[in-house]
Amino acid sequence: MRLDYPSNIKIIRVPCTGKVDVMHLLRAIQKGADGVYAVGCLEGACHYNEGNLRARERVNHVRRLLEEIGIEGDRVRMYNLSSGEGPTFAAYAREMAENIKMLGPNPLKKH
Amino acid sequence: MAAVNEINKGMNDRRATYIEYAQAVPLAYAIDPDACIGCGLCENTCLAKAVKYNDKEEETTVTVGSVILSPGTKGYDPSNLDFLGYGKFPNVVTSEGFERILSAGGPYFGHVMRPLDREEPKSIAWLQCVGSRDINKCGNGYCSSVCCMYATKEAMIAKEHIHGDLDAVIFNMDMRTFGKDYEKYFLRARDKEGVRYVKARVHTISEVPETGDLIVQYVDESGERKQETFSMVVLSVGLTIPDSAVELAKRLNIELNHYNFVATDPFAPVETSQPGIYTCGVFQGPKDIPGSVTEASAAACLAGADLSEARGTETKTVTIPEQKDVSDQEPRIGVFVCNCGINIGGIVDVPAVQEYAGRLPNVVFTDSNLFTCSQDTQEKIKEKIKEHNLNRVVVASCSPKTHEPMFMETLEACGLNRYLFEMANIRNQNSWIHSKAPELATQKAKDLVRMAVARAGTLKPLAQKVISVTQKALVIGGGVAGMNAALNLGRQGFDVILVEKDAQLGGFSRKLHHTIEGGDILAYLDKLIGQVNAHERVEVITEARVTGFGGYKGNFTTDVEIGPGKEKRTIKHGVIIVATGAVEYQPKEYSYGDDDRVVTQIELADRLEEKGASDLNTVVMIQCVGSRNDEMQECSRICCQNAVKNALHIKKENPDTQVFVLYRDIRTYGLLEDFYKEARERGVIFIRFENDAPPKVKASAEGILVSVKDHILQRDITIRADLLALSAGMRAADTDELSGIMKLNRNQEGYFIEAHVKLRPVDMPGEGIFLCGTAHGPKLISEAISQSQAAASRATTFLAKPEIKLSAITAKVDTEHCVKCLTCVRTCPFGVPMFNTELGVIEIDDALCHGCGSCASICPRQTIKLSFYEDDQLACKIDALLAGGM
Repeated sequence: MRLDYPSNIKIIRVPCTGKVDVMHLLRAIQKGADGVYAVGCLEGACHYNEGNLRARERVNHVRRLLEEIGIEGDRVRMYNLSSGEGPTFAAYAREMAENIKMLGPNPLKKH
Repeated sequence: MAAVNEINKGMNDRRATYIEYAQAVPLAYAIDPDACIGCGLCENTCLAKAVKYNDKEEETTVTVGSVILSPGTKGYDPSNLDFLGYGKFPNVVTSEGFERILSAGGPYFGHVMRPLDREEPKSIAWLQCVGSRDINKCGNGYCSSVCCMYATKEAMIAKEHIHGDLDAVIFNMDMRTFGKDYEKYFLRARDKEGVRYVKARVHTISEVPETGDLIVQYVDESGERKQETFSMVVLSVGLTIPDSAVELAKRLNIELNHYNFVATDPFAPVETSQPGIYTCGVFQGPKDIPGSVTEASAAACLAGADLSEARGTETKTVTIPEQKDVSDQEPRIGVFVCNCGINIGGIVDVPAVQEYAGRLPNVVFTDSNLFTCSQDTQEKIKEKIKEHNLNRVVVASCSPKTHEPMFMETLEACGLNRYLFEMANIRNQNSWIHSKAPELATQKAKDLVRMAVARAGTLKPLAQKVISVTQKALVIGGGVAGMNAALNLGRQGFDVILVEKDAQLGGFSRKLHHTIEGGDILAYLDKLIGQVNAHERVEVITEARVTGFGGYKGNFTTDVEIGPGKEKRTIKHGVIIVATGAVEYQPKEYSYGDDDRVVTQIELADRLEEKGASDLNTVVMIQCVGSRNDEMQECSRICCQNAVKNALHIKKENPDTQVFVLYRDIRTYGLLEDFYKEARERGVIFIRFENDAPPKVKASAEGILVSVKDHILQRDITIRADLLALSAGMRAADTDELSGIMKLNRNQEGYFIEAHVKLRPVDMPGEGIFLCGTAHGPKLISEAISQSQAAASRATTFLAKPEIKLSAITAKVDTEHCVKCLTCVRTCPFGVPMFNTELGVIEIDDALCHGCGSCASICPRQTIKLSFYEDDQLACKIDALLAGGM
């Protein structure tokens, strides 16, 4: 569909969002990413039953952890969509990029 | 050149060179000959020289042993039904058109808008049975079976997509949500999401010229004329057989029925009138996707059985050289950057990316290609791997989804382990979407390559375990489904053990007499039992109880106890087919059991068979007894046709007997509708009642008095019946013990759950385990037969291979550091991690693991690793990306 979304988003492939660990999300922020988000299947439609629900829990957990240390939790998000929803994927990418622009650079980033 | 987008029902345009839709198979471009002006631009632009203007249809002859006809269906074209205004009023669309409106790939990108003014509709009316159940206007007397569900689904999705409130109304005669779990969906739509269901057939639609809104006129159940205005109207069009399929059938001399569906026998549902030619899908009869997919496997089963002797005779084997051990070597990475014609090279500065890749750590060789996926490039990659002694390969091109397996094979062909490979998607995730910003795209391509190279350095060779398959099947349950599954597996050339808990084969069908079409069930059963017993590959064990179970796909072990002496036997087998069946509900309602004039439909059929109907003045039937209520939400699917069947039997024996059927929705789906019509023609009276006002039954000396509120008269009437027949629903057979032993999941109604409703309708979630018959959910004999053939077909795909190669992407436990907290045991969606009490360790069986990584990421000690996705193999990508400074 070749739908445009911001080029500062890079995708890392995982077998299921259930494989996304708190450590991975925190590491991205620690190393200077301005934001990180997980994109999983629609809730109730996980190929592995509930991997995406676990991912959401972890994302929420990381958001709380970040807030505790004074970093905006909203730098980390979880989105859900089905594999047939290219336009939604692009829309979420743009939404996330807008959100990050609003939050500004990651304070942990070395200057 | 612009052309009309037929897939989007003409609601937008597409190019003259086009891909039909995003999920098309093959996903290849075509030229629309009607719109092409022959300018030659695409031919000149195509670097791969793939455009052929004068390509023509070719006739070829292929010699085959069997044929399957699956020409599919066409939505009914309502243009001729002028009272609906389709084609005249822009805001009247068909359900197919509305499906496109809802789709993200549709004309409005998934925003619900009406065609006239692209405004979001405030109210939408769905009109059911357009082109179905209509002999007055279009001659299609059958029910299309799918429209009630899809209309409900469309209403639900529209409500979800629309930002404001949407008034969604479905005008219907009967709601036919008879499939597995469908009733629950219907109830959710009605009770939770507020979709309105109105019992009426709309007679006129007119347009409000100023607004484009539509006035819908109808007569409600009480006979009152009504009208309502809607922003949009969706016509729920039925399924029809395209003319081309009718032509095809004529050429092949295949008998069709009066609606142009293939004429089939209820006991041979996918066989056509020509031996060796089979059919499936809507050509066989109206049906939904799960039914079509099931029948497709059934047809494949029979087609394959005819050819079983020739199986494997025309296959070619690829010889793979022995693997080089590179585990001690430092990474030597080769990076191949693809131009993909101009797809990547036209946007991304490929030479710059290649040059950049050459400066990354561990990279010893780089190259760029016009098409990295072409056959000659594979040869070139092989040469370079050898020449530069590469032990890791990165291809920067397109999606691993489509091309990773092919490149992995290239690695294997020169002795490298297939998992020493990584792709950077610089096309789909880069050049295609950042075409307006080439510099950014080049920068991103460098980032993606840097990430891929970092990961490549961490990859390890992984071994794909090969396990042998015990080429023998176990079928549990000796009813119609189990026997058909066993027989068809035998015909495929595999040994089968059929275990039945009773002393006799036959199951629930022994209690039945005739199908609604007139097929003699007991005669069929006798023949089937004879065939099963006579088949040299099928061993029947009766009075058998499953007592133990273990193993995994291809290698199961089941313990059974046989006969009154409880003789023990252990069976080794490669696959399982579960066909444990269902029973008739034993009613607690309507004085059943207290008065012998109150019977179930099964008992009524027995009585009619024995004594006929000459002594019966009045018979009342009550539908949905033990179905569609608080205790059992689901519809039992078969009871409406059962009532119609018995009502017709009575009327044929004794036309003077009065028959009343008290119902909620008559669900004679598909071709069964003809029998419903015949019953009405023969004077059977159908009276609809609401769930909250069920009939009242009182036994008296003169007869059973049944009172009900007549929906047309709008008043209570009382019928004095000689006999009251209860359409008792179906209940899953008691499988508590079996499902506990075999760890098979059941839904809340006790029916076994399939792996995927549409994609894998006869597979169970555990690999190598299949499901058929009423153990899956209520169904007709013909449906149970095709489903059992489908299960046999799916089982054959396992048994046909003497060994299976397992995916190497599985979870591994570091038992030394594991503290046995059992978190993984609780987390795994498939129950794979086990605590070995003897060794005191957690074990994850390679053959059972699906490779999702849930256990790996939940393990509090991080002692579980998912191969190919180990923590450092993901973290290095994060590090590499961010080391470049975003």
